Amino acid sequence: MRLDKPGQIDRSQALRFTFDGREYGGFQGDTLASALIANDVRVVGRSFKYHRPRGVFSAGSEEPNALVTIGQGAASEPNLRATTTELCEGLVAQSQNRWPSLEYDLLALNDLFAPFLGAGFYYKTFMWPAKFWERLYEPMIRRAAGLGALSGAPNADHYEKAYAHCDVLVIGAGPAGLMAALAAGRAGLDVILADEDVRTGGRLNAETVEVDGRPGADWAQAVTDDLYAMGNVRIMTRTTVTGAYDGGTYGALERLSPDVAARTGAPRECFWRIAARRTILAAGALERPVAFQNNDRPGVMMAGALRAYVNRWAVSPGKTVTVFGNNDDAHRTAADLLAAGVHVAALIDARPEASTDLPVRFYAGAQVTNAHGRGGLEAISIATLSGIDKVQTDCLAMSGGWNPTLHLTCHMNGRPDWSPALAAFVPRDGAVPGLVAAGACRGDFSTHACLSGGLEAARAVIRELGKRARKIDLPQAEDAPYRISPLWAVPGKGRAWLDFQNDVTVKDVKLAATENYSSVEHMKRYTTQGMAPDQGKNSNVNALAVLADATGRGIPETGTTTYRPPFVPVPIAAMGAGAQGAGFAPQRFTTSHQVSVDMGAPMIEAGLWYRPSYFPREGEKTWRQSCDREVGMVRRAVGVCDVSTLGKIDVQGPDAPAFLDFLYTNMFSSLKVGRTRYGLMLREDGHVMDDGTTARLGEHHFLMTTTTAAAGQVMKHMEFVHQCLVPQMDVSFISVTEQWAQFAVAGPKSREVLNGILDDPIDDDGFPFMACGPVSVMGVAGRLFRISFSGEHAYEVAVPARYGESLFRLLVQRAEELDGGAYGMEALNVLRIEKGFITHSEIHGRTTAFDIGMERMVSAKKDCIGKAMAARPGLSGPEREQLVGLVPTGAVKKLTAGAHLFDAGAAPVRENDQGYITSVGFSPTLGHFLGLGFLKDGRARHGEEIRMVDHVRQIETTCQVVDPVFFDPEGGRARG
Amino acid sequence: MRIPCPLCGSRDIREFDYMGHAQALDRPEPEAGAQAWDDYVHNRDNPAGPTRDLWFHGLGCGAWLVVDRDTVSHEITAAALARDVKGGAA
Ligand SMILES: [Zn+2]
Repeated sequence: MRLDKPGQIDRSQALRFTFDGREYGGFQGDTLASALIANDVRVVGRSFKYHRPRGVFSAGSEEPNALVTIGQGAASEPNLRATTTELCEGLVAQSQNRWPSLEYDLLALNDLFAPFLGAGFYYKTFMWPAKFWERLYEPMIRRAAGLGALSGAPNADHYEKAYAHCDVLVIGAGPAGLMAALAAGRAGLDVILADEDVRTGGRLNAETVEVDGRPGADWAQAVTDDLYAMGNVRIMTRTTVTGAYDGGTYGALERLSPDVAARTGAPRECFWRIAARRTILAAGALERPVAFQNNDRPGVMMAGALRAYVNRWAVSPGKTVTVFGNNDDAHRTAADLLAAGVHVAALIDARPEASTDLPVRFYAGAQVTNAHGRGGLEAISIATLSGIDKVQTDCLAMSGGWNPTLHLTCHMNGRPDWSPALAAFVPRDGAVPGLVAAGACRGDFSTHACLSGGLEAARAVIRELGKRARKIDLPQAEDAPYRISPLWAVPGKGRAWLDFQNDVTVKDVKLAATENYSSVEHMKRYTTQGMAPDQGKNSNVNALAVLADATGRGIPETGTTTYRPPFVPVPIAAMGAGAQGAGFAPQRFTTSHQVSVDMGAPMIEAGLWYRPSYFPREGEKTWRQSCDREVGMVRRAVGVCDVSTLGKIDVQGPDAPAFLDFLYTNMFSSLKVGRTRYGLMLREDGHVMDDGTTARLGEHHFLMTTTTAAAGQVMKHMEFVHQCLVPQMDVSFISVTEQWAQFAVAGPKSREVLNGILDDPIDDDGFPFMACGPVSVMGVAGRLFRISFSGEHAYEVAVPARYGESLFRLLVQRAEELDGGAYGMEALNVLRIEKGFITHSEIHGRTTAFDIGMERMVSAKKDCIGKAMAARPGLSGPEREQLVGLVPTGAVKKLTAGAHLFDAGAAPVRENDQGYITSVGFSPTLGHFLGLGFLKDGRARHGEEIRMVDHVRQIETTCQVVDPVFFDPEGGRARG
Repeated sequence: MRIPCPLCGSRDIREFDYMGHAQALDRPEPEAGAQAWDDYVHNRDNPAGPTRDLWFHGLGCGAWLVVDRDTVSHEITAAALARDVKGGAA
């Protein structure tokens, strides 16, 4: 119910929302949880395993019960916490894990089978028969146990990721964080103050404490206004710091306000990576429950959360409230309720020595032993010194004490220390380099201690960063001592919940201990305690305390499980923002891209590049028809192909020749200016890395090319060789791949095409095979290389990229006039297979120069990368699989890449494997399929019949082993 | 994780490629023998504690760096240009 007091809601802004299809009202400033409480909605979900009705339990991101699905259709998002979901106009929320409805959940039957569903039931119950697991048990369990479900439809929502840098990251904007940010900001440091709430203030918004004589929330607002005015402090509300990583890097999830997120194209969430020189953790503390029978009934909730609902949101989850605790905070809850005019039926303090002067029925040294009421709390049983009392109540606020929110201090393998005085773990100093904890997350619980802790932490950081702290007066605030007597679980029968989200009870933990899962990590996995999305924020310490008790060890000896990021669930959509669809990998387009697309060419990926597959013409129905025509075009007339995607690296300097000699197996220092040479590059382990042609443009100037796929790898390798192995060499190089557009013009009529566009025509004497040099292309300074990847008389002509598109148009037009035209990757591939030229299909990382028949290219006159290791035994010789050509001779006239080779009579099994096929294509020139592949001792086996078996596609044939150069083995066509 | 590139300053790990131990700087002579080459190309220690490895600032300045790093704490204590460590001409 809504209370007759102001709170921090704006009653002038009424909002409508629906929950499970029913319409309700709330106000601006409400969370979904506070609005549901205002409307007396007690059951908000069903539990994970037993499908027990559950109500709102907390007021923050630690909420285990009130998980809901927000939104509809593709945009619906499951497992959101109602306690951190801002209410907005038209919000649509659904409860989860119930069927057909929250009130009549058929799977609540699970609760009756509870004796069979205890810890480890997966392992025990469904062991046999094994085949039933996949078909029966697993689907059944998946249906019965679970949280919300994804819509299954593509999500059209937008997410962002972003980076931020600061001197000081302050995590948490409660009293400690605000003081820290204030001091750091005044000292002139660049500060980020992050808080997961929609407003700053932390617990000051939930309590009635005063700071400097005014309400704590008002003080927080005034400090926040100061911080905003500074300019060097960024306040990031709605931002949960989710993880601490190496080097002062933090992950943070920012939820955008529903008003912003509703705008078209605006992101819903942003995942931040924040690099901070120093970090002050002021994350506060989380209250922990007490385990007693049926403590999961709707209406049983955390005492601190109840104060937040009463004080901040002016709502009460009950009309007759009882309060149960083992520390002074329980008394504060009763006082706040009374001040708000809510009836308090009883205050129960487990400590025998406790006393109160509040006008309430008071039990000292008593414990709540049971909660009654099926759909929601109706009464509690209290064990007193004189017997059991039963008290009618519809809401029980409990407090088992507070756990400092030290999670981030443990993200880099740190472990916390046990404080017997606080009965809680406290962070260990220095666990995360550059991070200090201040305030409640350090175990300083009073408002005064938080304020002064934040200020002190900031002063230390200011000094470390070489700034001078300005004088700041410490505000006046309460400094009440924190008195607690540990109480984890009330003894008694029945089920008492520890982990509400994963339905783990005291019995389960004790069973784990009995069955010798006595290590805390084993207990966690056996019972699943702490493994739900809330990561056991309000159950871990209680569970390990119960385990410690059951195993007769102390809590410090039992230890904690490992704290891991993220502190709250982070949607993959936010972490990988932008990487959906085409955003997954950048697309690189050549200058001829649009022209090719306009010509109807299907584009295929080549690394990040897109290249035309083929250029279909009128009447061609299949890609093969186009490909065959394009191959014939190049062999008979002329073809044009964009080869700009090959890596182009400009190498200059007096030591450039020596550097290339060291990089490649063969010599480049002997190459004459104006000439081009094919080069082979090895890795240091002796296997082939890449190949390509290098042109000598000047005495100290080379232009080398790499394959499209290996351009980046080769560039990195060259930087390594230069900087790490031969830094004394005076050589510089840079990638010019994108600066030059380059086109292959191949075929008997290639020179005719070129002479139409070159300002000074060329001839065979002036521009022989493997020549290179500067040319003027219709007034544009370009470069010409007489090289051939097709085996034909061919050139590659390069111009600055801005002229690429027009040159491509022009070349294609001229080629078409001579019965030629553009050709794509399919034809390029067939042309090179006909010539036995290799690509990365052949130099795939496991082949040596010997394997591809190029061992003579490893110069004896000099050292080079990979030379020593290439000479190792086993990298050459008859046992190696060697490059061969293959021609089908069997009934099936087809070869497939990836198929394996076997001796004619041998069974096609792994032990008999003789090699494999790497490239295939139908040769229109020769009228049949061709294959390149590797065959054991292949060069000695030309003429042999061999069996090809493609186990995947189930194709089998026989083929003949031949020389890999199928067409024009003398190479006369390229030279002529 | 962040690496202090001597040319670019403190930069995020995503800008770097990892290569392995800095012994890759010490390339043996061609005739050093099989053991020396095996050690150079393949054999690496796997220390728990301080180590020196090579990182490539590929999405930055293109420099190869020799980085002193602790494999247990992940602390990075120093980063130098490989060409300086190797002692070549600048
Ligand atoms: Zn750099």
